[in-house]
Amino acid sequence: MKITVEEVERVAVLARLRLTAEEKSQLTQQLDDILEYMGKLNRLDTAHVEPFSQALDAISALREDAVTNHPDPEALLANAPDRDGTFFKVPKIIE
Amino acid sequence: MSLAALTLHDAGEKLRAGEFTSVELTEAVFERIAATDERIHAYLTLDREAALAQARAADARLRAKDDDSPLLGVPIALKDNFLTQGLRTTAASKILGEFLPPYDATTVRKLRGAGAVIVGKTNLDEFAMGSSAENSAFFSTRNPWDLERIPGGSSGGAAAAVASDQCIAALGTDTGGSIRQPAACCGVVGLKPTYGRVSRYGIIAFASSMDQVGPMTKDVRDAAVLLEAIAGHDPADSTSVSRPVPRYSDGLAGDIKGLRVGIPKEFFVAGMQAEVEQSVRRAIGELEKSGAGVEEISLPHTEYAVAVYYIVATAEASSNLARYDGMRYGCRAGAKDLTETYRISRADGFGAEVKRRIMLGTYVLSAGYYDAYYLKAQRVRTLIRRDFDEAFKRCDVIVTPTAPTTAFNLGAKTQDPLQMYLSDIYTISINLAGMPALSLPCGFDQDCMPIGMQVIGKHFDEATILRLAHHYEQTTEWHKKTPKIEDR
Repeated sequence: MKITVEEVERVAVLARLRLTAEEKSQLTQQLDDILEYMGKLNRLDTAHVEPFSQALDAISALREDAVTNHPDPEALLANAPDRDGTFFKVPKIIE
Repeated sequence: MSLAALTLHDAGEKLRAGEFTSVELTEAVFERIAATDERIHAYLTLDREAALAQARAADARLRAKDDDSPLLGVPIALKDNFLTQGLRTTAASKILGEFLPPYDATTVRKLRGAGAVIVGKTNLDEFAMGSSAENSAFFSTRNPWDLERIPGGSSGGAAAAVASDQCIAALGTDTGGSIRQPAACCGVVGLKPTYGRVSRYGIIAFASSMDQVGPMTKDVRDAAVLLEAIAGHDPADSTSVSRPVPRYSDGLAGDIKGLRVGIPKEFFVAGMQAEVEQSVRRAIGELEKSGAGVEEISLPHTEYAVAVYYIVATAEASSNLARYDGMRYGCRAGAKDLTETYRISRADGFGAEVKRRIMLGTYVLSAGYYDAYYLKAQRVRTLIRRDFDEAFKRCDVIVTPTAPTTAFNLGAKTQDPLQMYLSDIYTISINLAGMPALSLPCGFDQDCMPIGMQVIGKHFDEATILRLAHHYEQTTEWHKKTPKIEDR
């Protein structure tokens, strides 16, 4: 096995996903199949190959650092699950 | 013939000539949707009132005759991962709830500026993750050529809408084949431009090193016209480049004599449907008759592309989808503490395939596995890119099938994720390396299902693949065949 149920549980915590027992067992099997398939990459010797980092050589990333705030805060808050005036309201973080 | 059956360039010409109005054309499109979408299920959200208002505004501009925009007054559909200000946008996921975007994607803003009419939002695999449109949280879209089959994915709704004349043209997104494979399945044209050619600002992100926006259309000329309208640098997308946008539609005429066409031997292997191979080989024969030079080439790392893609794409997705935490938008579950709120909100909001990819992506990025999977995949991705760089020293375009089979039956691969991933075997290496590629119809199998041919170009050489595709299209009738939805 490439992956165990315990590892699936650990990854689910990292990914902030709660999984049912059935999902855990199904995912363990499916991820194992997929990782097994990905093992074919180990047939290639890549010791002297640089990892891919950028699809293009010429990226135009620099621009003026101008303020471009959205003109309508109400439109941004309209989708909030919970709000208090012009603030997003979130569950208590510190006990 | 309904006005809805027109191509974009025909409809635009006739609108400018005053043969009919944009309101009439838009009404015809909505009539067509009313008559067929109960069976096709292409649209998630329709926007009839706003569309008719846009059509009336376009008619005023048309009457003033001071505007030669080719999109003016033309009804266009958008895959539902384009942000549309004030119009529900879901990415076919429950986690976005009734999300109303506060702004338009740059490509949407360009369409509106050009006077296009936005018909509505089309179905997709949730967050564009899938090859059949069956991963939508809402419903499965049907293939207009056979309602028991998938339309392809992830832009399945857009492809089905174009194929069934429920719009004049559409925009989709393509991360591993999501424009080209559904275009092939539904018998339409789909173009994934070069990475950097079109802004992704306002597109719901899946895998940012590969996501790209492109046209899905009834013929090749329409793809050229629509690409021209959406391409170009956008200060809001740092990966978009500032190269000038060619007049793609002006470059379509002209022959293909002397053009060097490469045929990668690794793409014609066991497992592909015999009729797909026959049709693509016949099409290559036609290109040869038109004076193109055909040469076998090799892309030796092709067999590793699926493995590389599903490591890189899921890693990027796990990171991109971390933003769905139920705090600023979308669904929030009630729970005892913050971590549990995240975990339950995300468990409730994401579908099975999205969870699978987030889990896989988190795993390959996690301590102890990063080097073995993610870094290894990025090294092999360099080899895949080098294969194309080498090949393009010997040829101008590369021609392959778009997908190994025609559209399969609904449910055929939903229980086996790996088999579903292999539907993208011919399209994903292009996203990994960043080139443009177009799918166009090149035949039908014995069940009358469309077959797609993929034309791949050098970086930023959309003009050459459009010219070759247009030339081939003019020698065939494939693009004129339409599904008979009324008979079913």
